[in-house]
Amino acid sequence: MIIAYIDLALFIVVLTIISIVLGCYIALVFNGNIGYLSFIERPLYKLIGNTGEMKWGQYATGIMLFNIIGIIFVFIFQLIQGALPLNPQHLGATTLDLALNTAISFVSNTNWQSYTPEATLSYLTQMLALAVQNFLSAATGIAVLIALIRGFVAVEKGTIGNVWQDLVKSTLYILLPLSLVLGFGLVKLGVPQNFKNYQDVQLINPQIVSTTVDGKVTTKIYTTQTIPMGPVASQEAIKMVGTNGGGFFNANSAHPYENPNAISNWLEMLAILLIPGSLCFAFGRMVGDKRQGYTLYAVMTIVFIILAIGVMLAEFNGNPAFNHLSIDGFMNLLQSGGNMEGKEVRFGVFGSGLFAAVTTAASCGAVNAMHDSLMPLGGLVPLFLMQLSEVIYGGVGSGLYGMLIFAVLSVFIAGLMIGRTPEYLGKKIESFEMKMVALVILVVPLLVLLGTAISVVIAPGLAGMSNPSAHGLSEVLYAFTSAANNNGSAFAGLNANTPYYNLMLGFTIFVGRYGVIIPILAIAGSLATKKRLNVTSGTMPTHGLLFSGILIGVIIIVGALTYVPALALGPIVEHLILFK
Amino acid sequence: MQQLKSALITFIVLTIITGVIYPLIVFGFGQTFASYEANGSFITVNGKVIGSALIGQGFTDNKYLWGRASATGDHPYNPLASGGSNLASSNPELLKAVVDRVNALGANVITPAPIDLVTSSGSGLDPEISIAAAYFQIKRIAKARGVSEDNVEDIINKNAKYPLLGFIGEPRVNVLEVNLALDGIK
Repeated sequence: MIIAYIDLALFIVVLTIISIVLGCYIALVFNGNIGYLSFIERPLYKLIGNTGEMKWGQYATGIMLFNIIGIIFVFIFQLIQGALPLNPQHLGATTLDLALNTAISFVSNTNWQSYTPEATLSYLTQMLALAVQNFLSAATGIAVLIALIRGFVAVEKGTIGNVWQDLVKSTLYILLPLSLVLGFGLVKLGVPQNFKNYQDVQLINPQIVSTTVDGKVTTKIYTTQTIPMGPVASQEAIKMVGTNGGGFFNANSAHPYENPNAISNWLEMLAILLIPGSLCFAFGRMVGDKRQGYTLYAVMTIVFIILAIGVMLAEFNGNPAFNHLSIDGFMNLLQSGGNMEGKEVRFGVFGSGLFAAVTTAASCGAVNAMHDSLMPLGGLVPLFLMQLSEVIYGGVGSGLYGMLIFAVLSVFIAGLMIGRTPEYLGKKIESFEMKMVALVILVVPLLVLLGTAISVVIAPGLAGMSNPSAHGLSEVLYAFTSAANNNGSAFAGLNANTPYYNLMLGFTIFVGRYGVIIPILAIAGSLATKKRLNVTSGTMPTHGLLFSGILIGVIIIVGALTYVPALALGPIVEHLILFK
Repeated sequence: MQQLKSALITFIVLTIITGVIYPLIVFGFGQTFASYEANGSFITVNGKVIGSALIGQGFTDNKYLWGRASATGDHPYNPLASGGSNLASSNPELLKAVVDRVNALGANVITPAPIDLVTSSGSGLDPEISIAAAYFQIKRIAKARGVSEDNVEDIINKNAKYPLLGFIGEPRVNVLEVNLALDGIK
């Protein structure tokens, strides 16, 4: 395990250093101090025509219009891909329910995938419909966060910035440069970037496959292997940088073409947490008190480290069901050992376990090992990380605006305890804000628990489960948790490409995204109209150890109280049976 | 109406930048500075493409090193439907599959099978196995080829890769590369 601790420690140190630098840059971009791309921006803003300050209602309308246009575009694109170029396998239209699910999923930064990309979507669909939404959904998250921060900063103003400028700046100044750098790195490490047809290779040892159906053995011999190509690296880069997680291939980041070695694995993990981490530091600078940012980053990091160690440990210890077999499952200098089902040799148990924690701490949802085959407690960690409302780093933008909601809730609870009017960053938290906070905090668990409950009592829901007993429940719970929190990873055994799951999860994803964004913008609008109170000796500090402790407590209690009963019936029961 | 127009223009312009210009820049970079990798890391022998260094193959002959179990759609090592078994660690089907593989490999208490050799990979296309899993197969390969075990071990050792700095990555060998070396090709 010592190796795991060293790996994790180095990872956190590197992440923190880069995040501080990037956070400083992001603050400069949104404070208008950096403008090296103004030669693109100026003519673009002229074309857009509407670049004045906006009230929250206008801002929210802009976000919704922009996202709905995206959904319509991606939806139609999948239906007409058969008639478009860059489609070497001549793939036709997807089903309507799948097209709708995929469109909502990618536009909302969720990237839940109930299809097999290499057998379903053309290069053009992936590049021009899906990868574009990887950028735009992340830009939407950043824009909403920046609007919320402006709400805290503004003094009796009523406006929270311009939505078009925020979307353009997020894309051009933040997402695009980072994706280019990562994209170059990934190509160099082995991720393909071409537009060739699927390639046939001649096997030096023809593959003999025997299958037994109803007692009859049939043998097939394969002399060739057909390998998909495509513009993988460009999509892989933004998939990580934008915490999207939608794979170019079905196996996602477990596929050697998406994640060829341990170095690419490290870069991908860093890229996932990079923007969510750095936004904390940008936030501190923008509100004029860096300690506020440090505190939130520290809270995220502490919770993350504990849970990451949990999943690495569970996978390292391996599967007790194999103990009586003639198997060598211990880690040594010649093998990774541990629970290797669903994992790749080049990542081993630590590279896979850490990735599982990273991708679910952030609302990324890329996977480099099959989460369905994790140990029961190893699988509980990703599930729990998502259930903490994706605020442990969280998605690009969405992680920090979620965390700020928890900070407001913590201030409110602490205020009740000491009998003082709650305020955060100099803004009084009053009944309107608290109603919106309650809405944000309640909508997601409601979607998760109701969706799961309905699916495990009706036939089309039950039909999707692939594993028996307690784990079947975990599969469904994981699906709705992932959808409502806009993560997108899965216990992939669940057969979700059915009209029932496509529509049900599509609805869950949509409400889980926009049912949070709209109240957040309402809070931003309300805060922006308020006075900013001066810090006095009576002000409760929202930085430092005490507040961090309260914040962690509130996050864990809200997460735990809501979901513990469901977790007890799923992964915990499974663990007790397996280790009996 | 003005809002809708602004939304459409922003959408179209950003789509062109991120959906056309951006992938083409990465394409240009890849083809210029990393053409082997950008085109799929294919290995050519005598003018014939015999595989990708990154995509595993389902070797079945006794004289070759075998890869991991594969749960890809339709048949093992099918790159058109990558993926894992998705069997839960508590699923009796997983235990049965593992028992079958342990028996098929002839593992016993004295020479137990390395765990990665009896479990299926995440992608179903894992091009590598652990060094332990390669050593486990030395006896069978040497016998099938009529060469000494030292000879086979030597080839495996030459192709073995160890973790970077001792903790990034895992000990492993590339199955296809070892097999080409066994055939005396590379």
